Amino acid sequence: MAAVDDLQFEEFGDTATSLAANPDATTISIEDPGETPKHQPGPPGGSGREEDDELLGNDDSDKTELLAGQKKSSPFWTFEYYQTFFDVDTYQVFDRIKGSLLPIPGKNFVRLYIRSNPDLYGPFWICATLVFAIAISGNLSNFLIHLGRKTYHYVPEFRKVSIAATIIYAYAWLVPLALWGFLVWRNSKVMNIVSYSFLEIVCVYGYSLFIYIPTAILWIIPQKVVRWILVMIALGISGSVLAMTFWPAVREDNRRIALATVVTIVLLHVLLSVGCLAYFFDAPEMDHLPTSTAAPNQTAAAAKAS
Amino acid sequence: MRSRIREFDSSTLNESVQNTIMRDLKAVGKKFMHVLYPRKSNTLLRDWDLWGPLILCVTLALMLQRGSVDSEKDGGPQFAEVFVIVWFGAVTITLNSKLLGGNISFFQSLCVLGYCILPLTVAMLVCRLVLLAEPGPINFMVRLFVVIVMFAWSIVASTAFLADSQPPNRKALAVYPVFLFYFVISWMILTFTPQ
Repeated sequence: MAAVDDLQFEEFGDTATSLAANPDATTISIEDPGETPKHQPGPPGGSGREEDDELLGNDDSDKTELLAGQKKSSPFWTFEYYQTFFDVDTYQVFDRIKGSLLPIPGKNFVRLYIRSNPDLYGPFWICATLVFAIAISGNLSNFLIHLGRKTYHYVPEFRKVSIAATIIYAYAWLVPLALWGFLVWRNSKVMNIVSYSFLEIVCVYGYSLFIYIPTAILWIIPQKVVRWILVMIALGISGSVLAMTFWPAVREDNRRIALATVVTIVLLHVLLSVGCLAYFFDAPEMDHLPTSTAAPNQTAAAAKAS
Repeated sequence: MRSRIREFDSSTLNESVQNTIMRDLKAVGKKFMHVLYPRKSNTLLRDWDLWGPLILCVTLALMLQRGSVDSEKDGGPQFAEVFVIVWFGAVTITLNSKLLGGNISFFQSLCVLGYCILPLTVAMLVCRLVLLAEPGPINFMVRLFVVIVMFAWSIVASTAFLADSQPPNRKALAVYPVFLFYFVISWMILTFTPQ
């Protein structure tokens, strides 16, 4: 096996994928160049603990909390205070989006990408894009489905934009608020090693919604099977990002509560995607509703499907 | 709502109303020309005013108004909705670019974003005219083409004015919301169906 030094250095790129190279570049440019890697805790030895440190980041979280405290020193009524939440460059936003699309087992999105620099740019504009993507795709898909029918008059359904906006923004901000409150409460009872700030949770939720933008566009295809496959894929990816982020935060806790928390997170995510699919996109089978009454089977099947 | 560059210190109180109105109209017209032929110039930024954006926004919202006897729930955007989208969209984009560290002032950015709606307003006019003709796929393709061209024009015009004010490694972050904003307005124009 390699010498201890090699192990130490290997630990950073350890996860040895190209994704790990980027966070190093990210850290160097955000914090003091070249200093941050030295602040990482050296592995106490043994490869089992390395993964834990990567996930939990013991001293790392203390020091980054300190650094975070030093950064946000302006009072909250000044403009500069809010500028600290937009302190991201283009490539950092792209990296975070990429990280949300490729969940790697054992990698924690917050520790790897956000690293105490949570931004509000990603969550806000990803939600805005998602709102319009869902509303426009729903409109287009309904138009394509009902195209042949003589009684159909196209309406832009503009009200659905406001409904979509309410749903998406409420999900992206209220659920993190509830989750953060819950985690803080559990933290006071059980000493958790990993704790996230409210903004980091908002960040994870915001970036995890990114997968739904291409999904919503692909939902225009009026095939039920295709749509459900897309739902499964999107849920798989974003659900696993969320689960892998929050599992370290609750696993110190009572087994049942930890499981219930993660299951609730995933369930809410499922509810969001299935709800959006059901509300904004009409069922494709409606196109085949016969105008004559001579096919009761088809009518019954269509009624069951819608 | 205007910034004035006083070249000579004389009172404009005693001039005729026509003079006052013509001066402001000329300023607005000059800015329209700058939007239609976008070059990297500072005129829009230095001498901002919000009359142009107001005129354009009201015109667009009026033209997007359907013969509003139909109050169906799922109809097109109402006047207030268009107005709110344009102004709150512009404010949000301006706030976003300032938070990212841009060095453009609040009203200058509003001015640029508002004036760059001009190509889309022209597209709306053309679409309304085209819709007087026979409906059908050709009708739709013509409208689609016009809207796409004008959308690209708006983006190019606003980027020409706004891009320089951003820090270099955040340009894409600042330009993307502009793209989204004009895309939504183009969508509203394209999906306009008269009664």
